[in-house]
Amino acid sequence: MKRLVVGAGYGLKDWLAQRITGVVMAVFTLVIFAAALSGAMASREAWQAFMSNGFIRFISFLFIVSLCWHAWVGVRDIWMDYLNSAALRLFLHVITLLALVGYAGWAIQIIWRL
Amino acid sequence: MTNANRTVQFKIYRYDPDQDAKPYMQDISVELESTDRKLLDAMVKLKAQDDSISFRRSCREGVCGSDAMNINGKNGLACLTAMDSFPEGKPIVLRPLPGLPVIRDLIVDMTQFFKQYNSIKPYLINNDPPPERERLQSPEDREELNGLYECILCACCTTSCPSFWWNPDKFVGPAGLLAAYRFIADTRDQATAERLDDLEDPYRLFRCHTIMNCVDVCPKGLNPTKAIGKIKEMMVRRAV
Repeated sequence: MKRLVVGAGYGLKDWLAQRITGVVMAVFTLVIFAAALSGAMASREAWQAFMSNGFIRFISFLFIVSLCWHAWVGVRDIWMDYLNSAALRLFLHVITLLALVGYAGWAIQIIWRL
Repeated sequence: MTNANRTVQFKIYRYDPDQDAKPYMQDISVELESTDRKLLDAMVKLKAQDDSISFRRSCREGVCGSDAMNINGKNGLACLTAMDSFPEGKPIVLRPLPGLPVIRDLIVDMTQFFKQYNSIKPYLINNDPPPERERLQSPEDREELNGLYECILCACCTTSCPSFWWNPDKFVGPAGLLAAYRFIADTRDQATAERLDDLEDPYRLFRCHTIMNCVDVCPKGLNPTKAIGKIKEMMVRRAV
């Protein structure tokens, strides 16, 4: 059946999530810049101490989750724009989602190990 | 460039599917008088010179929207484009509106554009019996419709939008969304919730990534991006 269907009924949440995660990433970037300027990354020891701080762990976790969530919406938009086959799109959506969840876990494990 | 009788070079997209295997660009020049102020005046002269050149035109004053085309790479209305806005000595390149099927030369098939426009139900929905004279609005409520109702449906905005190029069958496009907000914003309309439901879709509304090509080209100086932003804002307001 080739009838065109639209009306998936979602979109707002993703659009809003992309904006909010963007703000989280921007704030985290500012924190990192400020830390770098204040010498928190002058030596490996200083950097390690900085990264193992409870608050930095909290916001770096938020940053990684935000990055992956933001990327999920953006990459899915690209698949939706350029691929016409629904089967191929579904396949790539799943691959993208799995990859991003895997990366998020891996990145958090690396950062929290410090 | 207001001095009398000057020759202007054109490069025009030509395609007649009955005769041409594929489109080509035709170099042609035309002698203009000082009274030929707008691009449309020059095109009428061109048409007198070579009557096989096809384009749409009607009111010649920016009201009907039929002579929308791609002028030197930017969509616009031939009748509102001043001849002295072009750099001297360079040919003026005219192409059909991008992203729509070409019927012939500068004439495009607007079916897809109007399908999207119709899909947003561009009419007032109000189930109350009509009052004797008219449905009244406060001046403040009426104010909200300014910048929305003036759209002439020339398709300059929608055909300059990459999201429409990729998904013309699914994305409503800036002109349609501007019209959608015109009715969402109208206090006399009673179908606001249904209209928002209809647009809350990853394709129909959220293909807009706010690149503002539409604002850049609108010959009436309207701002579809702002209208789209207001639709999104209303969706957020009703969701939280």
